[in-house]
Amino acid sequence: MNTVFLYALVGIGLFCLGLFALIVQAHLLRKILAINIMGSGVFLILVALARRTEGGIPDPVPHAMVITGIVVAVSATALALVMILKVTESSGQPEFPDEESK
Amino acid sequence: MEALALLQDVFDILLGFGLLWLAWLALFSLDLFRSIVSFISFGLLMAIIWVRLDAPDVALAEAAIGAGLTGALFLAAFAKLQPASVNGKGSSINPQKQSSRKQLLRWLPALIMLWIASGLTIAILALPPHATGLTSEVTSNLTASGVSNPVTAVLLNFRGYDTLLEIVVLLLALLAVWSIGSSVPSIESEPGPVLDTLSRLLVPILIMVSAYLLWVGAHAPGGAFQAGAVLGAAGVLLVLSGWKLYPGLEGFPLRLVLTAGSITFVVIAILTMLVSGTFMQFPPAQASILILILEMVATLSIGVTLAALFIGSPPTDIKKL
Repeated sequence: MNTVFLYALVGIGLFCLGLFALIVQAHLLRKILAINIMGSGVFLILVALARRTEGGIPDPVPHAMVITGIVVAVSATALALVMILKVTESSGQPEFPDEESK
Repeated sequence: MEALALLQDVFDILLGFGLLWLAWLALFSLDLFRSIVSFISFGLLMAIIWVRLDAPDVALAEAAIGAGLTGALFLAAFAKLQPASVNGKGSSINPQKQSSRKQLLRWLPALIMLWIASGLTIAILALPPHATGLTSEVTSNLTASGVSNPVTAVLLNFRGYDTLLEIVVLLLALLAVWSIGSSVPSIESEPGPVLDTLSRLLVPILIMVSAYLLWVGAHAPGGAFQAGAVLGAAGVLLVLSGWKLYPGLEGFPLRLVLTAGSITFVVIAILTMLVSGTFMQFPPAQASILILILEMVATLSIGVTLAALFIGSPPTDIKKL
């Protein structure tokens, strides 16, 4: 049962690391990377906790949810990347303008 | 036995720390290209962890999508961003602006993150070490689902709703990407002999792997999403080596393939509603064949949609319409 909680804690670590980077990093590509890593953290917690069953067969419902989540994440990432390219085209830099430099 | 268990624990701890380290590199490495490569390795490590957690279906999806396609998307976007950041305004960090206020702005989120992390840790550790979840419900109804792989049964029968909406989300994402469009032209270069030969060898194999995953998904790890992702990877490889869709197929035929998954899903759901009275409730006797049809069409749609998402802009034919 140690494995379950070990990986669930790693999942928490990934989520918080990603959230921190999402706030701190200015580059938009890094923000998308951060959101992807946050998502991986959530998936890890879900699948780790699904393994707490007695019989040794993990709960298949969270597994199916995570597969759905992975596919939704890749489509959202593709959309976000195109939007970054648009922002870069119009503002000349892959970042949102700074509050002070407006 | 004892030594094996200890070895597995050490392996788990190493994997966990390796994953966190790669995430750190992906997020805070100074070189953006290095970040993306770290992110791809992160996806591969993640796939190993899914296997450790007895989730081979998720591992297949992660290896094909999380590490493969997402990485390819990031690298393509990075390549298109390059000219912009080289032309001067790449980094707008002004040394004078790194004042104490900025320092505070870095510490404050770090503290909040620690607070969130400790709260989540307490919540997770407070959970009971054993929980049955929905395993017993799934296993007791597995015979009625038409397949013997529990994950496929959940995805295409018990929670078919989620999968229907997921395919629609994929389609919506592609529509949005096509509508926004990017005037940055995709980099067209002559494929080198290695890429050319490799794609000639790999694409037929990828198509076969995809068909195998689709077929095997009924009773073993695999299924429509994994198969679709592998098909999408084959498409990306073809695009990278300069392959183009025949002009005659760019208009209606392409759109038909893209929407076929959603359409088939909805049609089957409505037909089953007419027969059994409930939306998307498959009659157990026909469930197996219905799931196979759905998966075949969905695989094709998912594969083509993922490859189209990688290309990013609609084929020229559609743009003119």
